[in-house]
Amino acid sequence: MSALSNAAAQVIAQAGETGAVDPAAAKATAGAGSAGFAYGLAAIGPGIGIGYLVGQAVQAMARQPESAGQVQTTMFLGIAFTEALALIGFVVFILLKFV
Amino acid sequence: MSSGVSDPLGVRVEGPSPAMAVAVDIAKRAIWVLPFALVIAAGFWGADGVWSTLYGLAIVVVNFLLAGWLLAVGGRMGAAAMGGAAMFGFLLRLGLIMVAVLAVRNASWVELVPLGLTLIITHLLLLFWELRHISSSLAFPGLKPQPTPNPYLPVHDSVHDDDDPVVASPTAP
Repeated sequence: MSALSNAAAQVIAQAGETGAVDPAAAKATAGAGSAGFAYGLAAIGPGIGIGYLVGQAVQAMARQPESAGQVQTTMFLGIAFTEALALIGFVVFILLKFV
Repeated sequence: MSSGVSDPLGVRVEGPSPAMAVAVDIAKRAIWVLPFALVIAAGFWGADGVWSTLYGLAIVVVNFLLAGWLLAVGGRMGAAAMGGAAMFGFLLRLGLIMVAVLAVRNASWVELVPLGLTLIITHLLLLFWELRHISSSLAFPGLKPQPTPNPYLPVHDSVHDDDDPVVASPTAP
């Protein structure tokens, strides 16, 4: 949020120098800040999910060491599926920011 | 660290890493996905789309291989190390993907739309394909769904074969 505030302050400072706010610059600034903020939000959920998944997998391996291989396989797929959410957030971020 | 009840977080995954095996299997499947993705990208975005799709697919494959390698290395150290590798590996790989995309975003051959679509679609497609394979593979028999005999049905029904060991010698009460 501090980056967004700095960018907004920069736009306001430019407006003070020139006497007017450039709508395109203000829109681009707000869009960039919002996209970055959305990507950060999109990474929170997968982070929580992977933490929970890994914790449960480690617990399962501690309870049944003989099935550690199967648990690890399932954990790998679970991590990859959860990570897809963060990837979607990242792709939305770059599409909003640069396209 | 020692494996066992006294140190449950020190449980090691001995032998070849299942995560790395899955990652290599996914990388092999990406070869089959590649021509279809390239044809679609060429049809919609031309040559730039083809290069962007190639780059996106390479990112996805490297991401899977890196994830598998991190889990394999962590698994050899112990369960706690593997958990740490999974968590910090998630952050590391997201950062690497971000750097890999932002580094080429201004290149002349990059189309961001096919690159982003390739990242999402091939990631999910390869995962679902591998999931389907694992669930029916003999390589990991614990994950293979086994036919469970219905105790309320006669053993010699028309659905089950007599040679089916599960039906022939039911263990369920």
